[in-house]
Amino acid sequence: MNLHVTINNEPKEFICQPTDTLLDLLRREGYSSVKVGCSNGDCGICAVLLNGRTVNSCVVLAAHCQNKKIDTIEGLSKNDGTLHPLQKAFLDEGGAQCGFCTPGLILSAKELLDQNPNPTDADVRDALSGVICRCTGYVKPIAAVLTAAEEMRKAKGGTAA
Amino acid sequence: MSESTTLPFEKKSVGTSPWRVDGIGLVTGSAQFTDDIFLKNMLHAKILGSPHAHARILDIDTSAAEKLPGVVIVLTYKNVPRVPHTTAGQGYPEPSPYDSFMFDTKARFVGDRVACVAAETSEIAEQALKLINVKYEELPAVFDVREAMKDGAPMIHDEPDADGIHDRKHNIAAHYDVEVGSIANGLKEADFVVEEEFETQYAQHCPLEPHVCIGYLDDNHRIVLRTATQVPWHARRIVAQCLQIPVNQIRVIKPRIGGGFGSKQEIILEDLCALITVRTRRPVKIEYTRREEFIASRTRDPSIVKMTIGVKKDGTFTAIDQRVTSWTGGYGGHSLTLLTNVGSKTLPFYRSKNVRFWGDSVYTNLPVTGAYRGYGATQGAFALEQVMDMIADKLGIDPIELHKKNHIQKGETNPMFAALGEGKEGHDNPIQSCGLDECIDRAAAAIGWTKKHRLYQKRDPNAKIKRGIGMACLMQGSGIAGIDMASARIKMNEDGSFNLLMGATDLGTGSDTVLAQIAAQVLGISTDKILTYSSDTDMTPFDKGAYASSTTYVSGGAVKKAAEACLEKILKVAAEMLKEDAADLFCENAAVVSRKTGKKTPYPSIIQRSLYGQNQFQIEGEASHISYVSPPPFAAHFAEVEVDTETGQVRVVDYVAAVDCGVAINPKLAEGQMEGAALNGLSYALCEEMVFDQHGRMLNPSFFDYRLFTTVDAPKIRTILVETYEPSGPFGAKSIAEIGINGPLPALANAIYDACGVRMKKAPFTPERVLAAILAKK
Repeated sequence: MNLHVTINNEPKEFICQPTDTLLDLLRREGYSSVKVGCSNGDCGICAVLLNGRTVNSCVVLAAHCQNKKIDTIEGLSKNDGTLHPLQKAFLDEGGAQCGFCTPGLILSAKELLDQNPNPTDADVRDALSGVICRCTGYVKPIAAVLTAAEEMRKAKGGTAA
Repeated sequence: MSESTTLPFEKKSVGTSPWRVDGIGLVTGSAQFTDDIFLKNMLHAKILGSPHAHARILDIDTSAAEKLPGVVIVLTYKNVPRVPHTTAGQGYPEPSPYDSFMFDTKARFVGDRVACVAAETSEIAEQALKLINVKYEELPAVFDVREAMKDGAPMIHDEPDADGIHDRKHNIAAHYDVEVGSIANGLKEADFVVEEEFETQYAQHCPLEPHVCIGYLDDNHRIVLRTATQVPWHARRIVAQCLQIPVNQIRVIKPRIGGGFGSKQEIILEDLCALITVRTRRPVKIEYTRREEFIASRTRDPSIVKMTIGVKKDGTFTAIDQRVTSWTGGYGGHSLTLLTNVGSKTLPFYRSKNVRFWGDSVYTNLPVTGAYRGYGATQGAFALEQVMDMIADKLGIDPIELHKKNHIQKGETNPMFAALGEGKEGHDNPIQSCGLDECIDRAAAAIGWTKKHRLYQKRDPNAKIKRGIGMACLMQGSGIAGIDMASARIKMNEDGSFNLLMGATDLGTGSDTVLAQIAAQVLGISTDKILTYSSDTDMTPFDKGAYASSTTYVSGGAVKKAAEACLEKILKVAAEMLKEDAADLFCENAAVVSRKTGKKTPYPSIIQRSLYGQNQFQIEGEASHISYVSPPPFAAHFAEVEVDTETGQVRVVDYVAAVDCGVAINPKLAEGQMEGAALNGLSYALCEEMVFDQHGRMLNPSFFDYRLFTTVDAPKIRTILVETYEPSGPFGAKSIAEIGINGPLPALANAIYDACGVRMKKAPFTPERVLAAILAKK
């Protein structure tokens, strides 16, 4: 079947099988930031944004994404290499260790910050709870999200909490 | 600094937390992990696992599978070389038995490798597995080590060509015992004796990237293995052994790794990938599913640890006796060394003239155990640190006081260091740095110990939710003394940057960054001028691999020496240019400066002269490093919990981990190691357990049924780095990758006891177990 989607703000057309998952499709088309962790919807390693909401791409059929908007972490930084505040904060705070879950964590955090620019520690924990990280103990990823939120508020000229 | 010693150097790159050298790739998604290359014509291979825990394979008929369109090759015991070996990636000759074969005529656990199919797609390979007809003769299976050691138990390794098994008839893969002084005499001298037995559970590492390997042939038809491994050189050697080809026919490349925690210190897929590549002349990929990762990779060995300690009224110890029985599963890859590490990382911790270790590692028909962060010390600390709490209770003193009175100090050694090493005698290990007292004091203050310990119960004895607090002290090591070697090479580029080529294997810890910082510190440049390339058996010099908390300490030693060798050449060229004596020169801010005249010449001028000007040569340095001591990092962990006495649910309210890490080369990465290890330990202590049915089948091989802590389960973990200066380490550093995982089991158990008076001697502390203990006490 023909699939029309927008990935990282670029319109794309693919031929896919009805049985293809979104994860299969994205990896096949070269979006290798989307990793395979469990293929069962349990770990959040393959998380992407589908119309702005995090989904585990291993349990979403590609066909379900017709005419929808998909964001992977490849699209988060600007073409000139400028990092998104979340990416920068993950580097500053040491939020990435092996990095395998980092795209899932950052995209989950992006969904949160897009909706709630002023999250509490509990909000961040809730937003990241779908992604398993075995390396960091979550301490530094959570700190990174809170730091990024603050940076983004400052950049917008808003007042800090 | 914890000790009054001032550092013999000025911190520049060392002691900072720059962006990871691989960081941009990790946060933008461009980092290339094993599976992130896409080769044309690549085959996909799948493995057939045994449905039986113990069965003889009488015959295998693969004809139907071979006829399935798209199937390219089927491997079984019938068409591969039969070479006894171990899958454990350790130094050669490996200390554990040679009891593994690429394929055998016997299956020893559910999921044991029986056949492998490579096909055009993974779906076809999967389908072909179902067409393989295996004639099994089921054999009686045994799942508990206590049963497996009995006379007449099913003999799991009866193949005559296995080598190095301690006692096949009793399924004992490995045994070790050693006694210093006399336990019998020591116990006679004691005013009282505490004797307790503890048991830990099967658990899995759960790296988010499963085991994965891609094999292909290079231009000259050599095998290239791109693999998620912690041990590239051991992988190359063991694959060569299995295929009976020289190592020069194999190149192992380690790309970015999605975590290992010990599970990737094992050669599980590489042998199959290499053989399929050779036989089909095509690229092939094998990747474990999450289910396979649970049942057919490696696991933490459950252990029964019995501690007997003789105590005088003044709190000194007259005897410390440790008896260990551990599960090695179907194969004994790490059996001997895991076993001895239970003792070698705990018994030298406290002073006693009489110390004994006695241990057996026993085969059962359950998944294979292996290296897992902590490596036996986790199980040992669970037992020892609860017994310490019990002794303090009997003496009526604060456990802090008991620990401080008895733990090893700077300037001391312990005879067990020399008596018990890596599966054999060890090396004496005089302690040259120990910040444990400061760890204890600072962590105790942070958690509010003196206002809480043994006081909650008095305050409200009838509360439904009871609070408690507990602590544990820990020691590990830094590398394997006298065995493990690392090497590195540094070469200078014409813009004054450097390539750091090292064997050291960054499996996600950030070791590339730490090692770059060490090189940058020597060379007087910023860390971003060091371009790292690690772990490629063709391109970088040897390294033992990433295990035994060795990378910062051992590999860091090699990098420091290599950088110093490189600097010596830089200074020599600069001396010619400045017409001064090299002895008067030093490096600073990417230039060589004269102490005498203040004249300076920048790095680019020096290397450009060396490459294009006069007396041309490549400025570079290469070095190897081995240490004959293994300086322990020390740690104190404190936990505060709430126990729901009606449900048995334990909630961690606060957790503080203080560690003596030597000099922290990169404080953020050091903290990250502590935090990750502590949370893994907390999750392991409270909920992680591989559960098996009566046929040896794992009942929970998924993240849905085998729960790991997520952000909403995780307590706030506070880390305190207590810096000391370790004279034998690079810029005073010790290694701390493992130690943090050993604290949660005993610290939580002691906190649960403080809360409600029950001793948790079996892990994990699930609500069922805690509630049962509470009810039994009533």
